[in-house]
Amino acid sequence: MSTVANTIFSPETAARFDHLVTIYPLKRSALVPMLLYAQDEIGYVSDAVVAEIAERIGLLELDVRNVLSYYSMLRTKPAGKYNVQVCTNISCMLRGGYEILDHCKAKLGIGHKGVTPDGVFSLEEVECIGACCWAPAIQINYDFHDDLTPEKVDVLFQIYRDGQGKDEK
Amino acid sequence: MADVTFTVDGKQLTAPAGTLLLEACKSAGIEVPAFCYYPGISLKAACRMCVVRIEKMPKLQTACTTPVAEGMVVQTETPEIAQARKATLQLLLGNHPLDCPVCDAGGECELQDMTFKYGAATSFYAEPKHHREEQKWSPVVYYDRPRCILCYRCISMCGEGMDVFALGIQNRGSSSVVAPNVPAQMSPDDLAHVDCEQCGMCIDACPVGALTSGTYRYKTRPWEMNHVSTICTHCGDGCKTTLGVRSTSDGSEIVRGDNRDKSGINGDFLCNKGRYAFDFANNETRLTQPLVRQPNGELKPVSWEAALDLVGKKFRELRDTRGGKSIGVIGSNRTTNEESYLLQKFARTVLGTNNIDHHRTADYVAFAQGLAGKAGLTASLNDTLTAPAIMILGGDPTIQAPGTAWNIRTNVRNKRARLYIANSSEIKLRRQAKAFAHIAPFSYGALASFIAGDDSATDSLTHAGADAASFHSFRDAVRAEESLLVLIGSEIRGADLKRLLAFGTTMPNRKFALLSDYVNSRGAADMGLLPDLLPGYTPLAGNTTFAEYNTPSAPGLDMLEIFEAAGKGELSALYVVGANPISRYGVDPSSLANTFVVVQDMFLTETAAIADVVLPAANLYEKSGSVTNSYGDLQLVSKAGDRAGVRTDFEMIVRIADKMGANMQALVPFGKGTRADMGQSRGAQSGEADRHAVWLTANHLEPKLSPFDPFAILDEIQRLVPGYNLMRLQLLSGNDQHLEPAAGNLVQIANRRDLVLPANDSLFTSGTLGRYSAMLSDLQHNESLRPPTGLTQIQTAAD
Amino acid sequence: MPTLVSHPDEVKVVSRRFGMGAANIDKYIELDGYKAVQQAIAQGPEMSNWIINTMKASGLRGRGGAGFPTGMKWSFVPKQSEKPKYVLVNGDESEPGTCKDHVIFLHDPHAVIEGTMIAGLAIGSKLGFIYLRGEYRYLLKIVEKAVADAYAKGFLGKNIFGSGVDFDVITQTGAGAYEVGEESALMESLEGKRGVPRIKPPFPAVVGLYGGPTVINNAETIANAPHILLMGGEDYAKLGTERNGGTRLFGISGHVERPGVYELPMGYSLRKAIYDVAGGIKDGKKLKAVVPGGASCPVLTADEIDVGLDFDQMGKAGTMLGSGGIVVLDETVSIVEFALRTIAFYQHESCGWCIPCREGTDWIKKTMTRVYNGGGTRKDVDNIQYLADNMMGRTFCPLGDAAAMPTLGFVKKFRKEFEDYIDGHKAGTPIITVEQLVGAGH
Ligand SMILES: Cc1cc2nc3c(=O)[nH]c(=O)nc-3n(C[C@H](O)[C@H](O)[C@H](O)COP(=O)(O)O)c2cc1C
Ligand code: SF4
Ligand code: FES
Repeated sequence: MSTVANTIFSPETAARFDHLVTIYPLKRSALVPMLLYAQDEIGYVSDAVVAEIAERIGLLELDVRNVLSYYSMLRTKPAGKYNVQVCTNISCMLRGGYEILDHCKAKLGIGHKGVTPDGVFSLEEVECIGACCWAPAIQINYDFHDDLTPEKVDVLFQIYRDGQGKDEK
Repeated sequence: MADVTFTVDGKQLTAPAGTLLLEACKSAGIEVPAFCYYPGISLKAACRMCVVRIEKMPKLQTACTTPVAEGMVVQTETPEIAQARKATLQLLLGNHPLDCPVCDAGGECELQDMTFKYGAATSFYAEPKHHREEQKWSPVVYYDRPRCILCYRCISMCGEGMDVFALGIQNRGSSSVVAPNVPAQMSPDDLAHVDCEQCGMCIDACPVGALTSGTYRYKTRPWEMNHVSTICTHCGDGCKTTLGVRSTSDGSEIVRGDNRDKSGINGDFLCNKGRYAFDFANNETRLTQPLVRQPNGELKPVSWEAALDLVGKKFRELRDTRGGKSIGVIGSNRTTNEESYLLQKFARTVLGTNNIDHHRTADYVAFAQGLAGKAGLTASLNDTLTAPAIMILGGDPTIQAPGTAWNIRTNVRNKRARLYIANSSEIKLRRQAKAFAHIAPFSYGALASFIAGDDSATDSLTHAGADAASFHSFRDAVRAEESLLVLIGSEIRGADLKRLLAFGTTMPNRKFALLSDYVNSRGAADMGLLPDLLPGYTPLAGNTTFAEYNTPSAPGLDMLEIFEAAGKGELSALYVVGANPISRYGVDPSSLANTFVVVQDMFLTETAAIADVVLPAANLYEKSGSVTNSYGDLQLVSKAGDRAGVRTDFEMIVRIADKMGANMQALVPFGKGTRADMGQSRGAQSGEADRHAVWLTANHLEPKLSPFDPFAILDEIQRLVPGYNLMRLQLLSGNDQHLEPAAGNLVQIANRRDLVLPANDSLFTSGTLGRYSAMLSDLQHNESLRPPTGLTQIQTAAD
Repeated sequence: MPTLVSHPDEVKVVSRRFGMGAANIDKYIELDGYKAVQQAIAQGPEMSNWIINTMKASGLRGRGGAGFPTGMKWSFVPKQSEKPKYVLVNGDESEPGTCKDHVIFLHDPHAVIEGTMIAGLAIGSKLGFIYLRGEYRYLLKIVEKAVADAYAKGFLGKNIFGSGVDFDVITQTGAGAYEVGEESALMESLEGKRGVPRIKPPFPAVVGLYGGPTVINNAETIANAPHILLMGGEDYAKLGTERNGGTRLFGISGHVERPGVYELPMGYSLRKAIYDVAGGIKDGKKLKAVVPGGASCPVLTADEIDVGLDFDQMGKAGTMLGSGGIVVLDETVSIVEFALRTIAFYQHESCGWCIPCREGTDWIKKTMTRVYNGGGTRKDVDNIQYLADNMMGRTFCPLGDAAAMPTLGFVKKFRKEFEDYIDGHKAGTPIITVEQLVGAGH
């Protein structure tokens, strides 16, 4: 049972949030994880997400917005079902990161922060994701895919399009 | 803390250990530039302008965060430091619009000053600057993003200072931006707004022109104004506000109110009313000609001479035929002490009546009686900033006395003062309170008894959800305080108030203040706008203090009795000075059908509308004199604005008395010998000359003559009113001084009818006057668009 | 899944259990897991001193970048404190070129948990946090599972190993911000705030998380603790060089034949690391430059790589050991482009709090972008250097320095390449297209 009436989240997520605010010395510590988990479920941090999380933690909505706008993984607009994040930072760049990015753009027909018309994919160029030794690397949602070539990317996209991709949440 | 000795730019300085280097330098006259530093709010160390070189430290250090230490050796202006500051300025100016010629802050801008000093005027960036449209966050707050240097002062001012948290910082890096709490997508007009108390403190704190005031923006240039420090006319705190004044064809107009010089009793603070609500002066319905009711019932403009003649003649006639007792006088909470004093003197000695009262917003009579004979027990507003412990019983300072609330918050934040609140509502200050006793509605009498030790009162205090034990622990905690400031709301009155004070004054180190609503509510009571008490709460019976007065000895009619008398046809005349009792007390206008009513006001209020004669009055910003705030702090009022056609209440009383053939010398002790030229009043009413006889003579100067000089009456106040033993130089220097008009040993008078009617103003209303302020109307409308934020339950960044 | 590499020169301490299934708690126990913490507890009242002295003797220096001696850091925490004390494990790993904590969380999460317990016992804390960057969700799950298993076994929670001491571990995730790796910004983030650093002093050891004394260490630092207790501080110290005890995970990436995370003794030759361990320059190309310790370290030219990989030797060479992320650039790389990509990162990640970093990174990026796009003048190179010079040492936290240092390295060591580029002689093979210059994340 959620402690918030009319929660916008699924029962599991609501229960998780009920728990999350109890484990820290200060309730507020739950804010960043909650925003991220809320985004995982809703697709983005909507105004309703902001309002409910503010209520759950006992913060002003402004405060939630201040925090949420700081973190680059949090978005306030919907992304595709599979958000493709291409690292172009130095190690990846040296091993073809930009080539992968260009390939994704061409393949998906969208640019940085774009969403395909069918809503299946969105694309984002991101900073270093901590896979430098296995570059070039991308993340699709939370899944890492490394040591890529454009051909491998094509295969990946097909796997996701077929609904076979892992969808790590 | 112990003092430490250190060296700055070769000078040996001492300061208490722990003092911030920047403050220590400032005290020694060494100016260290700073954008993000602002005294009293949290340290930022973000702008890096205050960098200095400290011996033995590898890097330049920020003076704003470094505490002074014994033996520290500091350089504040070396070529290295100048270069660092110059580079920082160059970075800022890279994106700054440099629209100084039209910017409100031009000429008063810290960025401009620093650029001038460090010569960072040349830009070596070829890229275009960011451009963003200016945003209207509220009727009074505008934000120009490109001008913003992200010093975060406004955010802290709003959050820490005001406890409002309407401003935040969003995004990060070079996309960082100050954001208000109502984002565009949540707003009906798709524009971002602030939902807040509209105090404008953010504007004052802004070192540049990023935040500008709705009343002032693009109106004029700072150097084209004269700046007059005077006292805000609105609430009982009596904040100093510096009014920017510009000449117009029919007088002079106030275009800005602010508090940047921080010289007043209010220190850093000014609320929305002090800052913006001076615009009633320019309301188009303002009266500028005397009006006299014609036989056909219409009010028609007449000359001043005709109006005053008529009033003088009628007053004299009615006094002589029906007796002074048939005349009622109602004074004002917004006129000066001199005017109030003069009014009661006029009523008592010229009209011959004690039927005089004013709209009482707190029971100062009971307060004075409760403290009678006990000196040193009243608190100054200044004490709210320093007291180690404060208890507030009733009232809601955040709304009713915002300056008091600001001081208390500052005290709690920076000096860890302990705050105790007992109230029937969850007032906002409870967020700062160490203990909060939530009492049942209408149980303030029981609260007073309980605090005074009556345990049986807990039953009445208790209501659903509260238990008696919490009241006891509250009382125990308060009693355990070695020294305590007690602020009392207007809910506690009469016998309750006396009971509370009778107990409180037996405890050591207690000080008390009674909060009221308007700029001179306290002064009105102190000056004897009361039917049964002379100035200084001097009883009529056996009065020797005012022996030179020839006043009726029986108490007169109070506010309600005056209207009852009118209803019975027993009131021949009513003289209303700066008050609107018809609306305030819900008086049936027809009850005054057979009363000759004279009203002095700025507007055709409900009361003025039924008057036989209406005399257009100047407001508090258009006159000089003195006022006394809720706490008993006396301050000087100076003339800022001016309007052709209107006169001060002081002048009108004098002229009416003159028309009645009164002994002017006795009424206004304006000099020896000759009768004054009654035509010359402008200079004197503004208080440009301090020409009253006694003070000047005492200072070996030849007095000149004017019966319009409020200082002549001030002199009499000083001479006669118990407790008003003020210091002239303090007053004239613009300093506040705390007075204790209750100091004398007063005769206790039996309980009287409760005549207190709190104003119940919100943050954006101010009695009748407030209705004529377009800015306050805008703010009320603005407020009505959004639900309140419910801040009492919220954790904030400062928690 | 990241591939595991290995090389004979490796000395495996912290990576000992990599590839052995140690994420499974039983496997971890079989491989000497949770022995060190019990050994510490067996010291009885001397436990805290024993741990701290062993850590001091090991010469272990922080693996997060700054190389602060870990034993000393732990000893700074006041013994008595009104507020609770905390251990905070920094797994924010966001420095470009760095992915070593990634493999620790993947292969040996219990070592981090055990290390956290040890740090907690050393300073008298009852609660530890393991903070992972938001992108490491799959690793977070591995760590969460490991924590849950440790609780199930009764290793965490009340009265751990009969010591009479309670110890809890909470895992936490970030949400995308490099600056949150900075220790005080990390604490802000963990408190649910914007990742803006705090004014220092006070330092975390005195006033840290929730205002309590806090030890904050990099995940690799923490994961080393159990090994050090088991093998003894002196023995660990001997693996490395003077004042640089032990071994370190180096992530070698970029233009090498065998990129990967290798555990090498401190002081190991950078040249050998590139040419032997990582198999030399990819496709037989020539070496142009090395960024030796993550993106914030000043670049070394091909002639400058005869230097030992420890904090002191790298310092002497005018650069830093940093986070151990060695990024190798071959002859095809345009330094102008590489410098631009580097500053673009810092511009994106600056928290924006202080003027020199917020505006400085922005103006350097803008100027470099224009240069890269062919609109530069020689004066721009001076301007870039002027900007970076004026950021150095002037910002609120070290991120400003981290942006200025590599910038200065590039324009000073490759000034001619910048000038030639401006004059139309572009070295290297540009990869970034003009429209891509919007940059990541914007
Ligand atoms: C901008 C910046 C980013 C940092 N990022 C990380 C990081 O991702 N991981 C890390 O362990 N330390 C990082 N650090 C270093 C930490 O501030 C801190 O020194 C370190 O966590 C201490 O642990 P150690 O003593 O074990 O090295 C960063 C520092 C700065 C200034
Ligand atoms: S140097 Fe300044 S702007 Fe940059 S990350 Fe640190 S505090 Fe933020
Ligand atoms: S005043 Fe010190 S950094 Fe801004």
